[in-house]
Amino acid sequence: MPSPRYRREMPQRYRLEAGKCKGCGKIFFPPRLICNKCSSQNFEKVTLPENGKIITFTIIRVAPQQFEAEVPYAIAIVELENGVRITTQVVDCDPEKLEIGNSVKLVFRKVQAEGKTGIILYGYKAVLV
Amino acid sequence: MRDVYVIGCGMTKFGEIWESSFRDLFVEAGLKAIKDAGVDHLDSMYVGTMTSGLFIGQEHVGALMADYLGMAPIPAVRVESACCSSGMALRMGFLDIASGNSDVVLAGGVEKMNDGADVTYALSTAADQEYEVYQGITFPGLYALIARAHMNKYGTTRKQLAQVAVKNHHNGSMNPNAQFPREVTLEQVMNATLVADPLTILDSSPVSDGGACVILASEEIAKKLQKPMIKIIGSGAATDFLALHQREDITALKAVKVSAERAYKMAGVKPSDIDIAEVHDCFTIAEICILEELGFCEKGQGGKFTEQGHTSLEGKIPVNTSGGLKSKGHPVGATGVAQVIEVVEQLSGKAGQRQVKNVKIGLAQNMGGSGASSVTHIFSLM
Ligand SMILES: [Zn+2]
Repeated sequence: MPSPRYRREMPQRYRLEAGKCKGCGKIFFPPRLICNKCSSQNFEKVTLPENGKIITFTIIRVAPQQFEAEVPYAIAIVELENGVRITTQVVDCDPEKLEIGNSVKLVFRKVQAEGKTGIILYGYKAVLV
Repeated sequence: MRDVYVIGCGMTKFGEIWESSFRDLFVEAGLKAIKDAGVDHLDSMYVGTMTSGLFIGQEHVGALMADYLGMAPIPAVRVESACCSSGMALRMGFLDIASGNSDVVLAGGVEKMNDGADVTYALSTAADQEYEVYQGITFPGLYALIARAHMNKYGTTRKQLAQVAVKNHHNGSMNPNAQFPREVTLEQVMNATLVADPLTILDSSPVSDGGACVILASEEIAKKLQKPMIKIIGSGAATDFLALHQREDITALKAVKVSAERAYKMAGVKPSDIDIAEVHDCFTIAEICILEELGFCEKGQGGKFTEQGHTSLEGKIPVNTSGGLKSKGHPVGATGVAQVIEVVEQLSGKAGQRQVKNVKIGLAQNMGGSGASSVTHIFSLM
């Protein structure tokens, strides 16, 4: 992932910033320029809740190169308290013991590094609560 | 719109084809299709390839293939929609002839996946790069998320997933072009190495090289050829949220459902009229979900429907008679047209040992990514 792209996504990744449609109230993460429900182009910035629950998950055992050192690792789709869903790793746990419905909280973590000597890329991961 | 017919087919063997290059795979399939059709020219061509740039560093594929097929200066363009690139290329060719713009069109696809690229990464670019791939998801991972949700919501079992692989490998064992033309057992599938829980390596389609092409023509040209008249009676395409997590129902493949509804409507047929179907079984769970979205069974019943044998060669709707992506192989850009070739062979009575009796109407469904794009075509023996 080239650095400018990463930098542009920082508000969403670091501060969990989402866009709430002023037309219909639907919340988009990441923020969008137009609402796919009501076509409004007016949004307000909102912060996502940190708590949610696992609605489905898997354990990745064959990973792309930049995640190879971490296998096996758990990835889940988490539904946050306001209904927004995200894809995130679930860490600091035994992946084999995860279950659908587990409560999790998003935390700020290193996600990957850009190449061998590149910048460290941060973002959110989930931990069990 | 004018009627459009498939008048010729050609494909390479699928597999790890070390001795053939990207361009040679396509040209081999193209030359076979042109010879099979018996035409002496093309008006235009559409080439499906998912990510030749990442696999082998080659873009500008339309021009490359027209050149090496000896067809320049005809118009030629690449069509990309991840794993349904060539299904969409076929649709472009269909529309080109239906509109009256062209009379003879080549639609094909090709992928060269075994030339040293990071295949897991290259395929993952069909997902949301910033909000799925960034977190470490893979394609088997995305389908594993769907599988676990489907098992949780509908009681689909690990064994039912495996039954898709067992059936498709049985069919593929009779297909000389298949990458893995051999039987597998339920135990082998369920006990194979896990790739992304609950999916094993034998729930997954392989990494493949291959090319597939068909020649499409207007009715006037097709009629002169004195062979079975196979008409494209329906074509439908659709899209959905790119990221799996944004879809209201993780177990639903809405683009598949909508693309099929559009094709059924154009064709004036219903799911029960379909005699055989080739569907996008990139992973076993995908076939189960697609059976539901195509209307072959109720939502949530795809696993049970498979377990009851309804999709086997002798069942009420044989699915993936070719062996599917699972056994035949999945050179992503070539898959959509290779599916069409199987449907045409079944309609023409040329499917050999895996021939189904009395096939009049066949369907081919091809999808991209975790289902964010899908294209469905329906063919009829006239
Ligand atoms: Zn809205």
